[in-house]
Amino acid sequence: MEIFLSQLFIGLSVASILLLVALGLTFTFGQMNVINMAHGEFVMAGAYTTYVIQGALGASLVTLGFLVALPLAFLVGGALGVVLEWVLIRRLSGRPLDTLLATFGVALILQQVARDVFGASNVQVRAPAFLDGAITVAGVSMSYTRLFIIALVGVCLAAIWAHLGRSPAGRRMRAVMQNRDLAAASGVRTPRVDRRTFFIGSGLAGVAGVAVTLLGSVGPTLGTNYLIDAFLVVIVGGLGRLRGAVMAAVALGLFNAYVEYGTDASIAKAAAFALIVVFLQFRPQGLVVQRARGLT
Amino acid sequence: MKDDDSTPIPGGEMLRVEGLGSGYGSTQVLFDVSLGVPEGGLCCVMGRNGVGKTTLMSTIMGLIRARGGQVVLAGEDITRTEPYERVRAGIAYVPQGRDCFPQLTVMENLRVVAEACPHPEGGAIDEALELFPRVKELLSRPAGFLSGGQMQQLAIARALVARPRLLLLDEPTEGIQPSIILEIEEAIAQLKQSAGLSIVLVEQYVEFAMRLADTYVVMDGGRVVEAGDAGALEDGSLQEMLAV
Repeated sequence: MEIFLSQLFIGLSVASILLLVALGLTFTFGQMNVINMAHGEFVMAGAYTTYVIQGALGASLVTLGFLVALPLAFLVGGALGVVLEWVLIRRLSGRPLDTLLATFGVALILQQVARDVFGASNVQVRAPAFLDGAITVAGVSMSYTRLFIIALVGVCLAAIWAHLGRSPAGRRMRAVMQNRDLAAASGVRTPRVDRRTFFIGSGLAGVAGVAVTLLGSVGPTLGTNYLIDAFLVVIVGGLGRLRGAVMAAVALGLFNAYVEYGTDASIAKAAAFALIVVFLQFRPQGLVVQRARGLT
Repeated sequence: MKDDDSTPIPGGEMLRVEGLGSGYGSTQVLFDVSLGVPEGGLCCVMGRNGVGKTTLMSTIMGLIRARGGQVVLAGEDITRTEPYERVRAGIAYVPQGRDCFPQLTVMENLRVVAEACPHPEGGAIDEALELFPRVKELLSRPAGFLSGGQMQQLAIARALVARPRLLLLDEPTEGIQPSIILEIEEAIAQLKQSAGLSIVLVEQYVEFAMRLADTYVVMDGGRVVEAGDAGALEDGSLQEMLAV
């Protein structure tokens, strides 16, 4: 029972990060049909942002640095995303395959930049002091870092939910996602909405980057590992669906955690892939389906 | 004739389409289409399925790029502008198939437009709803769950929220029950008379179209093959033209 609970906890914390990475992907895919292979590098950029700030502020201000890194990583990730959208993706609109290849190239460039600037070996980010330790509930020891990650993602999710559901800008985002042509014909400045979506999605990846520094060291290829899992979340959840992404992230995180406990990480990953292949045979449209029709 | 079509005609021509060509990918659909709508006038575009009526509407709206010719709104050449700029210039579009944002509520469908092109005087949503009391009762429902007739009324209401000068209506009666068709007809007539809206109406339901139209064009094979005043038209001659 304790093992069940402790794996549940670990699975949820992994799911949280996955979700944060997947949200940006699911938005940009849902809205622009863009598969952004450089999205993982925004996670990496967020992680290095934390590292840089910590270095700049010194050892005495670790906690402050970490807290400052959260909004800053959002801005860094978001800015990278907007530049990518502006310079590249916008020009390749309607050519998903070319976009995929081009952004993959950008991903490699960003990785090399990180290697040149920070070195090929991994760097460590120190967790702030208030996250040291763990709380034991029902015999399960829950580390503060993982609790913090779950809470952070909860806050981000709530913010996104409120933004999409309540604000005019969020309404425009949903309108463009559901029917791009109709939105444009209704006066919505679609390029502006696209840029905003890219900013938010990429910014969330940056925030995820701060969160992953709590779980391990930071290296140039950090993002790649998360990108694949995040894609799985997007596909299983249903493209462009927030609710689907949440369910898929939790399912994938828990599945990994439990299978990994009985076996090892590689087998868990292989089993997850196999399961998803089978799943997509029966439900190729994902968990949550958007009922929408195009403007013919 | 080609030289002076960008100058506004005294008395006011709201829309002038001149020599318009357009299409998808390597397929050209429209060839040299010209038509005009005077201020407060209603021009009905007729023709069988697949002759390019919807393509014409999409091109006037800017969703498809024109390959040649001009679209002039109240004397201003808007051929190269984006659809959302055309909305601001005063065109509103009710696409075929009563399109909506299916997962937004009815109210959100209207608010998207009101927020995208705000008008200083406000009240655009209330005004649009006045014309369609049925829609008013459904404000909190997701638009995707409305019936066909309700959705069509929502689509017209949504277009009106932008406070257009020119309304493009693409087959508003298609697949809609007769009682609602009457309501829609009344609404269109009212828009034309009291609001002075200029309208381009694509319609296959000839009687409906002729009751509303001032002028008409008939399209075939991506070209205008007939044009004239609706009043001068003899009963039955159009049906003959449109017969498959």
